[in-house]
Amino acid sequence: MSNTRNETLITTLQTLADLTGVSGDETKIRSAIKPLVENHVDTMRVDALGNLITCKRGTAENPLRVLVTAHMDEVGFMVVGHTGEGGLRVEAVGSIPERLLPGTHVWVGKEHTPGVVGVQAIHRAHGNQQAASVEDLVIDIGAKNKEEAQEAAPLGTAITFASRFREMGAALTGKAFDDRAGCAILVALLQGERLPCDLYGVFTVQEEVGLRGARVAAYAVEPDVGFALEGTLVDDLPKRDKDVSPTAELGKGPAITVMDRSYTTPPRLLSHVLKSAEAEGIPYQIKQPGVSSTEAGSIHPARGGVPAITIAVPCRYIHSPRALLHPDDLENTQRLVRAAIARLTPETLAIS
Amino acid sequence: MKATFDLLKTLTEAPGPSGRENTIHDVVAEHWRPLADEVRTDAMGSLIARQRGSAPPPRPALMVAAHMDEIGLIVTGIEGSFLRVHMLGGMDRRVILGLEVTVHGRRPLPGIVGSRPPHVLSADERRKVVAWEEVFVDTGLPAAELAALVTVGDHITVDRELVALKNDLAAGKALDNRASVVAVTLALDILRSRNHAWDFYAVATTQEEVGVKGAIASAYGLAPQIAVALDVTFAKQHDDDGPGTFELGKGPTIAQGPNFHPQVVGRLVAAAKAEEIPYQPEPVSGGSGTDAWGIQVAREGIPTGLIEIPLRYMHQPVETGSLRDIERAGRLLASFSARLEADFRPRWEDEL
Amino acid sequence: MNLELLEKLTQTFGPSGYEDAIRAVIRAEVEPLADEIHVDPLGSLVALRKGTGGGKKIAVAAHMDEIGLMATYVEEKGFVRFTAIGGGIRPGNGSRVRFANGVTGVIYVERRDDPSTLPELQHLYIDVGATSRADCPVAVGEPGQFIGPLVRQGQRLVSKTMDDRVGCYVLIEVLRQLKDAPHDVYAIFSTQEEIGLVGARTAAFRVDPDIAISIDVTATGDLPKALPMAVELGKGPAIKVKDGGMIAHAMVRDMLVEAARQAGVPYQMEILLGGSTDAAAMQLVRSGVPSGCLSIPCRFVHSPSEMVDEADINNAIKLLLTALRTGE
Repeated sequence: MSNTRNETLITTLQTLADLTGVSGDETKIRSAIKPLVENHVDTMRVDALGNLITCKRGTAENPLRVLVTAHMDEVGFMVVGHTGEGGLRVEAVGSIPERLLPGTHVWVGKEHTPGVVGVQAIHRAHGNQQAASVEDLVIDIGAKNKEEAQEAAPLGTAITFASRFREMGAALTGKAFDDRAGCAILVALLQGERLPCDLYGVFTVQEEVGLRGARVAAYAVEPDVGFALEGTLVDDLPKRDKDVSPTAELGKGPAITVMDRSYTTPPRLLSHVLKSAEAEGIPYQIKQPGVSSTEAGSIHPARGGVPAITIAVPCRYIHSPRALLHPDDLENTQRLVRAAIARLTPETLAIS
Repeated sequence: MKATFDLLKTLTEAPGPSGRENTIHDVVAEHWRPLADEVRTDAMGSLIARQRGSAPPPRPALMVAAHMDEIGLIVTGIEGSFLRVHMLGGMDRRVILGLEVTVHGRRPLPGIVGSRPPHVLSADERRKVVAWEEVFVDTGLPAAELAALVTVGDHITVDRELVALKNDLAAGKALDNRASVVAVTLALDILRSRNHAWDFYAVATTQEEVGVKGAIASAYGLAPQIAVALDVTFAKQHDDDGPGTFELGKGPTIAQGPNFHPQVVGRLVAAAKAEEIPYQPEPVSGGSGTDAWGIQVAREGIPTGLIEIPLRYMHQPVETGSLRDIERAGRLLASFSARLEADFRPRWEDEL
Repeated sequence: MNLELLEKLTQTFGPSGYEDAIRAVIRAEVEPLADEIHVDPLGSLVALRKGTGGGKKIAVAAHMDEIGLMATYVEEKGFVRFTAIGGGIRPGNGSRVRFANGVTGVIYVERRDDPSTLPELQHLYIDVGATSRADCPVAVGEPGQFIGPLVRQGQRLVSKTMDDRVGCYVLIEVLRQLKDAPHDVYAIFSTQEEIGLVGARTAAFRVDPDIAISIDVTATGDLPKALPMAVELGKGPAIKVKDGGMIAHAMVRDMLVEAARQAGVPYQMEILLGGSTDAAAMQLVRSGVPSGCLSIPCRFVHSPSEMVDEADINNAIKLLLTALRTGE
């Protein structure tokens, strides 16, 4: 693999991934992003849902308004009850597979109070092979009774996986790469040189509960074109059936969406992005069509319609305690998004 | 308490199935007109009553949404002297056999949901919930007369008198969500003699039970600075008392989670505390399934809150609620509104 | 009945998101009939026919896109795996597909341990005549359509993509025959209906109509052991009361019923339990639009052999012309 490590980008990813920001509770992430971008943008505001909407004016060469989104929120849990023994009852915020939870270590609330998730000892489980549903699990913070649990973690408290960023082999690992990887890239885009068009960089909220932040941001910005930056899934563990799609692969460059469960990329925009990659010699891959939903799905139906595309950093193990990505993919995704935006003209988007 | 019961009786007994809310619309309008400065109806049929605030214009607007539609049945076919029906909204097949109903044909026709005699049913069948294909409404009319009076697409509502149970509880149909319409009416009444800076828009929304439709359109039209939805939530009952259920008679809930702006939630809690109105915190980890979910993402996003009245036996013709909770919800709404300063706008923690 | 036009419409390529070819066909038909025409950013074609004045702004939408499929993976031996574009497709063994690049393929099911259940899409593959991944003429991301020629059998017409090219046909014919209507009629040939009612939503946002009507196909209850449904093939166009995504506005529904009576055409009232149409999206544009739907009864929806009745098509045109000529 080529050496395209970008240390600034990696540092930003580390900073953002170690903070917690479950959907609806993104304040810490927003607070960390603001100082990273405020000297590089012309305007910055927070909207009614908590989106951080920035604008970096273009060099006025072309009149396009370009929206780029990356979502600040991560999947996690919310406290919805307390047991008599001092345990926390939770619901998942966003989609988390049940079988991942037993044995995990979590951070509870703003103070990152440690908690653990355990299940019945194997000796006593009578061969039960079924993972317990989230509603049946209890998070143990060591509280001795209901009152202490209520005091430490009132109803509504947010909980995340407890994982700190670290490097592992050639890879970077940590929680919430979906979508702090996108956030780090958007920070880098805003920190970089002005583009010919007006760049509306929006760090969005509530992607994991229904692509809601991007929806109102797209309405507010009224863009001509939208880019959604993501950390997307990689499914490349060895399988019995070897000849199947890994969805995307690590180290092969940004994963570009043709179609997912939420939208279809307009062919002219897709071909523009592919041409940009080829012109700049940036490796890329086509993500397996028809998998997952992304913010492009809530940008393109905004107002009178907005051509949109999702470009993603391939990540193994998203929605789990620890994701893994390759630093080259991070940098190449940033390069591709910048190149594709720089090369945009009104003609790129015109329908014959 | 008597007045609250009487109003609840009038409102719950009036028919207003989703998509055909004209009757309940007129009943609500009759009660709201004397309490409002102006009353109108929007394109989706929602009733909007405005009570002007005292701040100099341009005044900020508070939208208060309570849906007035109820679940019901719809005629899908006419087979001899029987009407084939299906659900309109989340009508519960488990409680449908033997119900007395009104078929809203060319004129209102009383009817019964027919059931097969136990004598011909196997032990298995007696216990089985009836399938929609086996649900028929009998109006007692001969086939020819029935065909002249009823067409496919006519709505059917449940007939059920509101009854008073012990301890200021009331039971009947459509407390979901006429209980909230009563609360909004009480708030309108209180606010007539209590200073409030903001314009108060009471909206009785349509088609909530079939996808939160009326509220989406009304929120776009009103573009309020803050919105509060009122709906009902699950009260603890003999067979369901875990997380997500709340005490009956211990006050309305104030919801928190991604669907709600923290400062709107904070203001609701502050209002309850200041005026010693009991309330229960309700954590909602994702979609609230109420008008609040649709309103929050209207236009550029609207800071939204939700007050809910606990009910037992939801979507059954014996929905049971506490008159005290309904009155408290009305008082809470009025105090929240009255305490909004003219220049107050919801902000995020990192913006303060 | 202009069978040649219906054939061209049903056979032209246009899965959701890939409507360029079908838009060109429709544009050629409606350009001479419209006072203004434009294409919106998501590709919907909007043709305005100005009224004589004093009327309303009425949007009438028929969707151009069709269900289809997309290549998701090419196996070592050149077999193509795929996903659906749009919902509810159940291709059978031996169904044929045509990709955007002209390549034809045959769908078949892999050997399974339990062949008694219906296969999921992941068990199906397409043979495009390749011998390896290297010589496969189809790349991941290539969209395709099903193959199903138009056949006439008495009053019945069978073809792929009656959903909703028959609606496009009705709308084109209405534009052709519409005269002296008071209303400004915006004919919306929408995109991406099958993947979330997208094109009609954005097009209607721009048009900002007073009333919106979609023209689409609906299922029937007249098949062996069908779910009870009061709509039958050949008994007239169906006026929608409710479907899985919308309750029609009473005013629009009554307007269509009144038009049917005036025009003297048979009609049926429709309640469809699942599925929806562009009207559900147009209904919630901006602060709400009274919306309804006129349906063409259609058997075997989302199969390569969708069947409609010629009389229903002609009656739908008459009904709609009458509705649009009436001052409201």
